[in-house]
Amino acid sequence: MAPREKFDQHLKELQDEVLVLGSMVGKAIARSMNALKERDLELAKEVMSGDTGIDHKRLDIEERCIELIVTQQPVASDLRTIIAVLNIIVDLERIGDHAEGIAKIVLMIGNEPPLKPLIDLPRMAEKTQDMLRRSLDAFIDRDPETAVNISNEDDEVDELYDQVYRELITFMLEDPRTITRATRLIWAAHNLERSADRVTNICERVVFATTGKMGETGESRY
Amino acid sequence: MEFKMQTRKLEFYYGKVRALSKITMGIEEHQITALIGPSGCGKTTFLRLLNRMNDVISGTHLAGDVLLDGQNIYAPQVDVVEVRKRVGMVFQQPNPFPKSIYANVAFGPRMLGLNNKAKLDEVVERSLRAAALWDEVKDNLGKSGMLLSGGQQQRLCIARVLAVEPEVILMDEPCSALDPLSTLRIEELMRDLKTNYTIIIVTHNMQQAARVSEWTGFFLLGELVEYNKTGEIFQRPKDKKTEDYITGRFG
Repeated sequence: MAPREKFDQHLKELQDEVLVLGSMVGKAIARSMNALKERDLELAKEVMSGDTGIDHKRLDIEERCIELIVTQQPVASDLRTIIAVLNIIVDLERIGDHAEGIAKIVLMIGNEPPLKPLIDLPRMAEKTQDMLRRSLDAFIDRDPETAVNISNEDDEVDELYDQVYRELITFMLEDPRTITRATRLIWAAHNLERSADRVTNICERVVFATTGKMGETGESRY
Repeated sequence: MEFKMQTRKLEFYYGKVRALSKITMGIEEHQITALIGPSGCGKTTFLRLLNRMNDVISGTHLAGDVLLDGQNIYAPQVDVVEVRKRVGMVFQQPNPFPKSIYANVAFGPRMLGLNNKAKLDEVVERSLRAAALWDEVKDNLGKSGMLLSGGQQQRLCIARVLAVEPEVILMDEPCSALDPLSTLRIEELMRDLKTNYTIIIVTHNMQQAARVSEWTGFFLLGELVEYNKTGEIFQRPKDKKTEDYITGRFG
């Protein structure tokens, strides 16, 4: 048996669990956006109750990390992997909270007549999910270069947010009766913008896990 | 920067076998430097070269320099007793003399000609205090050093080294025969001692190196593979061999 074979196995499982959590979170974003687009209150409720599962998964991974630190006294890249996981799962859980936030907005909107067809918001959601998925792949592949590139794509999400914001402000200026509905959509957009920022944090952790360098990979405008 | 000790292209041979190849290393004053590496990597050989302990092994020779405050300790005019007084050593197995605690600590100063009882008393007390042993033995100084616990014996050996007022203390696996609590006490003691002394420790216990030292050198097959701040070595080692060794994937 190679030295530390069991430990290697545990580290691999830990990272697999991060992928599972990432997939749960990605789905939550997609479903909350679907609920918003389709005004599907039931789906929104499901997203909200699903957030508990995300929280549990995060705590479960955190516990595994602590156990590995206590029992294996990891150093160097092993330690950096575990520290990166501890940070990444916090960001994932927060993205899950943002998805839940969007689901709550869906319930607030209820059966009010739609303000406009949603185009840029779903785009923001798709872009965020895509960045999320690829950032976790970059983590598994220990690919800091890709991570930095993904981080820079946050600008696209920021631009979409600007666009959504400007458009909704215009609605409100033209017709103050739209203020409540437009504000809710701005909140939803804000949740997505924050989610993409969280993905850039994950990218920073990929760089850390691989190279040991800590720092911001890019500046968000918000 | 001035180092307390420094080696320059230090090589050492057991017969024709080269045990160390061109080790150039600077030891910072008032810091703890840990030397790690697998068995047979040369770290203990290196340590013993720093106070000429290898002189007594026949059929060996060395090349390169070992400097103490800039002076080569292997220069012909150098008095080896003086070197070992300035650079003391603590060994793996606590090795008190089969004498009283007092006589153990007073041994070195007596050898160096100190016979005044009052002054010896003072040296013994100061050394035992510095070795964090005084409170445990002050009422029993006549007791044999051999009757102390392992951890106490090791602190007695440290007191014995301190009694001759060295500048550098070499420690060769000083805790490997001790239980965890005694180990932590010695580590705490090392941190206290570094205010006045420069410490170099060889250890197989990497957690110990990480806990106590400011600098860590990783030896492999007679070479100094990597030497850096301890935090750097254990968080982001630069050399793959260091990484493999400290993460336990060596070999």
